[in-house]
Amino acid sequence: MKLRRDIGFHAVAGTLSILWLLPIALVLLTAIRTFDDIASNGLGAMPSSFSLDSFGAAWHAGGQSRAMVNSLLVTVPTVVLSLALAAAAAFALSRYDIPFRRAIILLMLAGNLLPPQILLVPVSKLSELLGIYDTLPALIAVQVGFGLGFYTFVLQGFMWAIPDEIQQAATIDGAGVVTIFWRIILPMTRPALAALSALAFTWIFNDLLWAITVLRTGTVMPVTPALLGLQGQYVSNWNVIAAGSVIAAIPTVAVFLRFQKHFISGLAVGAVK
Amino acid sequence: MPETGSATALKDAFGTLNAPKASFRARRPVRRRVPPVLLFFLLVPLAVEAFWVFWPALQGFWLSLTNWDGVSPPTFVGFGNFSELLGDPIFRDSALNTLIWLVLFGGLSAVGGLGLALLLQREGKGVGFYRAALFTPVVFSLVATSLIWQALYQPDGLLNQLLGGLGLESWQHAWLADPDTALYAVLIPALWRQVGYVMVLYLAGLKGIDPSLFEAAKIDGAGRWQQFRFVTWPQLRSVNSVVLSVIIIDSLRSFDVVWSMTKGGPYHSSELLSTYMYAEAFQSLRLGYASALAVVIFVLAFGVIVAYLVRAFREDDQ
Repeated sequence: MKLRRDIGFHAVAGTLSILWLLPIALVLLTAIRTFDDIASNGLGAMPSSFSLDSFGAAWHAGGQSRAMVNSLLVTVPTVVLSLALAAAAAFALSRYDIPFRRAIILLMLAGNLLPPQILLVPVSKLSELLGIYDTLPALIAVQVGFGLGFYTFVLQGFMWAIPDEIQQAATIDGAGVVTIFWRIILPMTRPALAALSALAFTWIFNDLLWAITVLRTGTVMPVTPALLGLQGQYVSNWNVIAAGSVIAAIPTVAVFLRFQKHFISGLAVGAVK
Repeated sequence: MPETGSATALKDAFGTLNAPKASFRARRPVRRRVPPVLLFFLLVPLAVEAFWVFWPALQGFWLSLTNWDGVSPPTFVGFGNFSELLGDPIFRDSALNTLIWLVLFGGLSAVGGLGLALLLQREGKGVGFYRAALFTPVVFSLVATSLIWQALYQPDGLLNQLLGGLGLESWQHAWLADPDTALYAVLIPALWRQVGYVMVLYLAGLKGIDPSLFEAAKIDGAGRWQQFRFVTWPQLRSVNSVVLSVIIIDSLRSFDVVWSMTKGGPYHSSELLSTYMYAEAFQSLRLGYASALAVVIFVLAFGVIVAYLVRAFREDDQ
């Protein structure tokens, strides 16, 4: 009875998993086919050729090497800056008796919950006004600003939970505000920072909307919006488009695999209640 | 923040779920003098957010009352844009599509995610693999997701090939080019990515249920359905409300997947409010009208945002 139920379980869960992975397998299979193979046998056919040239085409001629550099130039500073600013704000809001602290926290969080659409036109005009339209700093700035509220909200929750005795002891030992922040509170917030970094990296790397709002030129586009350009450039060269998608997915998959525990357990922590 | 769609959701739920609520009350409120240097800690981030979010948001509301081409100064037209919206058939279509999107994308991802979580909540051989398989699409960008699925939907793609193989040639279709199927063809990739995410939320919720409740229910003779109905479901209340806000906020934000696959076409058949707004703003350069559309999206999201904040407020209630 139990055995039969187990077989049933694995049959259902296994089928679903295969169904879910099928599109991924297919894109990999498409990426290794040649254009001629696809053209003569159809996109849905099994591969009858093997070539890695499509990756080379997407990477060099398709401009993905440049797009990847742009992505990293945006993503890394954005993650670092957002978390640094958010940690500072969270520190002040959770460890000191700031007037209206709760109202401030909620206001900051509310900013992050706004539908981005209400910001698109003004943000694009604002970046023009500042002379940074169509440059990566514009994208970094708006992503930092928009993400801050959420990161602050999460981090202040974590910092609030750190026992006060630790901070009192440090204060008695003569530690100043900056020392307490840098040497005591920040290291204790590391698990939350790690989880947020992994998540933030993925969100920023995968962003499309902000990029196409403050950027216009193809050469400054990060990988995600550049994929659309690649598709336009290689219409019906599905092997190159597939290779491009694979390349674009590699960094986030790598971060996910590396920080899998943070990724998932981050979600799990609070629900265990 | 970044991504519309589920990345946003990941984050939203992450915040709510992750607040270490239990320990909130553990610490006594601190009465600590605020040293001046601390003002920088708070004011710099606040200024950044004010500059890039609050100020532009106010401008967005103001612009919705104007006509503006982005070059000459905006002219004030009062509620002119909004009354134009009422007579705009594309607005009606995209509002209706957004509603369909909300019901199908939101509803199916919630039901599917809960179903998968119930299926995969057990521990054992292979379960980790199954969970990972279902979660993997969550880390892809929606643009990459769209390209993957566009290949499947091509006239000579796998989907039509499969239908042909099953002798269903009459069902073969240019899925994305047909106004009758485009919206649903776009919805499926979005679901493919969202379901795994909602599953993780529910898995976390299920893990938090005290096992002794099930023991007690079993002793009382409850069957599997009764256990679900009277133990699991009530215990999932807080996760349910997180999922509800996430799917509503996500549905209204959905943009990337539609923009990458169809740009809202053909003939606006897969147009959502978000894509229509973007096209009006940056392609038609009707910035005032686009801002009015953005205000509509804001109004629709407003209730959820407030509910979300109220909950955050309560959880933060020290």
